[in-house]
Amino acid sequence: MNGMLRRIADLIAAAWLIYGPEGKLGNLPWRPACIVAKRELAAYFATPVAYVFIVIFLVLSGALTFTLGGFFARGQADLMPFFGFIPWLFLFLVPALTMRLWAEERRQGTIELLLTLPMPQWQAVLGKYLAAWAFCGIALALTFPIWITVNVLGEPDNGVIVSGYVGCFLVAGAYLSVGAALSALTKNQVIAFVLAVAICFIFAAAGSPVITEFLTKRLPVLAEVARGLSVADRFGGFTRGVIALRDLVFFGSFIGFWLFVNAVVLDLRKAD
Amino acid sequence: MAALIEIEKLTKRFGGFTAVDEVSFSVNRGEVLGFLGPNGAGKSTTMRMLAGFMPPTAGTARICGADVVENPVEAKRSLGFLPEGAPTYPEMSVTGFLAFTGSVRGFRGSELSDRVALAMAQTQLEGVRLQPIETLSKGFKRRVGLAQALLHDPPVLVLDEPTDGLDPNQKHEVRELIRRMAPTKAIVISTHILEEVDAVCTRAIIIARGTVIVDKPPRELETEGRTLEEVFRRLTLGPAKESA
Repeated sequence: MNGMLRRIADLIAAAWLIYGPEGKLGNLPWRPACIVAKRELAAYFATPVAYVFIVIFLVLSGALTFTLGGFFARGQADLMPFFGFIPWLFLFLVPALTMRLWAEERRQGTIELLLTLPMPQWQAVLGKYLAAWAFCGIALALTFPIWITVNVLGEPDNGVIVSGYVGCFLVAGAYLSVGAALSALTKNQVIAFVLAVAICFIFAAAGSPVITEFLTKRLPVLAEVARGLSVADRFGGFTRGVIALRDLVFFGSFIGFWLFVNAVVLDLRKAD
Repeated sequence: MAALIEIEKLTKRFGGFTAVDEVSFSVNRGEVLGFLGPNGAGKSTTMRMLAGFMPPTAGTARICGADVVENPVEAKRSLGFLPEGAPTYPEMSVTGFLAFTGSVRGFRGSELSDRVALAMAQTQLEGVRLQPIETLSKGFKRRVGLAQALLHDPPVLVLDEPTDGLDPNQKHEVRELIRRMAPTKAIVISTHILEEVDAVCTRAIIIARGTVIVDKPPRELETEGRTLEEVFRRLTLGPAKESA
């Protein structure tokens, strides 16, 4: 059964690569990155990784929203409890996704193949990252029943919900970029996972009252910096329905920075 | 006309250990260079640097005039590379995998499918075209790696142990293939199998402890000692015993 599914997924992937909308990509300079991303994304679904990740993500996000989040008890037609848990779920699930990103290529030796194809190295980095991000996007999109539920039960502000989803997607992107860079740094998947969780946690917790109060008392300068770098703080704006340009710039530069680190580290350590 | 592969004083150090020490050679169109040496002599490291995977500590390598460090994309475009162990993505089908490498190389549409079909025909992979690579035998996997290197009909081929794990018939096929392609390409193959050098190579380089110790046609090598194997043993073991 598993073999059948895999075979079908593979056939689709092959057909996609041969007959897919390549023409539309034209000769865009990032065409190789798109091809790498397509292959990666197909690979997620050819292995159990995708299904396990999605099922666990959906079960946990749903369960947390309805139990701890008090979705019904609140009596409000919005997705605040849902969005409140997503960043914390991603904190563990995203590093689980990224820990194998480069480690697996090294283990199989395919890194040697991938990086000797005629494309700049950043395209491979970007392609693998985009695939992981698109995968998180798919997982997020599959939480749509909760959106339907809230619309059936009441009249929520769907604009706020959309901006909340955009925020979730950006948080996933930020964590992914951290995890991908750390996966390039070490061959050991456990180390990559633990480091990624730790570093993502720092960025998630930086703006929390505990940290900022502590810093305001001791090092007021750092308190501002911590708040500025906090992923959770930025995300808060999105859940209230505010998509601010400076927050988009923050996520853009955050992701860009870690992708750059990824490319540099990969260049230094690819031979290990 | 300049040689298709030019290597000048290529050096790779890992910490204090020098894996490849000022290796220089060039390969012209029509030449098949057999790259020989004991395990750990620096064969794969040299090939990795030539393929642009590993940056050299010093020295340069050029493929069709393009420097692998300064102009890597251009150099890689003219290169077909079979890395050590013929790595492939196990979950992909043979067709999917070849289509992937082909489309990164810029082929699309009917040209892509023609090239994939031709590469599979050259390496006798048609029978397993839709099978996931992980279900294939070692010999098939190696041929998938070889097909990937041939797909774009590159002027330069760098093959790290192309016949490792193949049965005698398959070895024969691969050698025939290399011989057929030889007149139009510059080919470097690394191998442990000395008879292979006799069978397909026009030139042999023996490398030991990171340096080139012999660079001659195989026939000339044989006249010096008795068999190629004896020559190999004398050259690669001899100096080590003296220094020990």
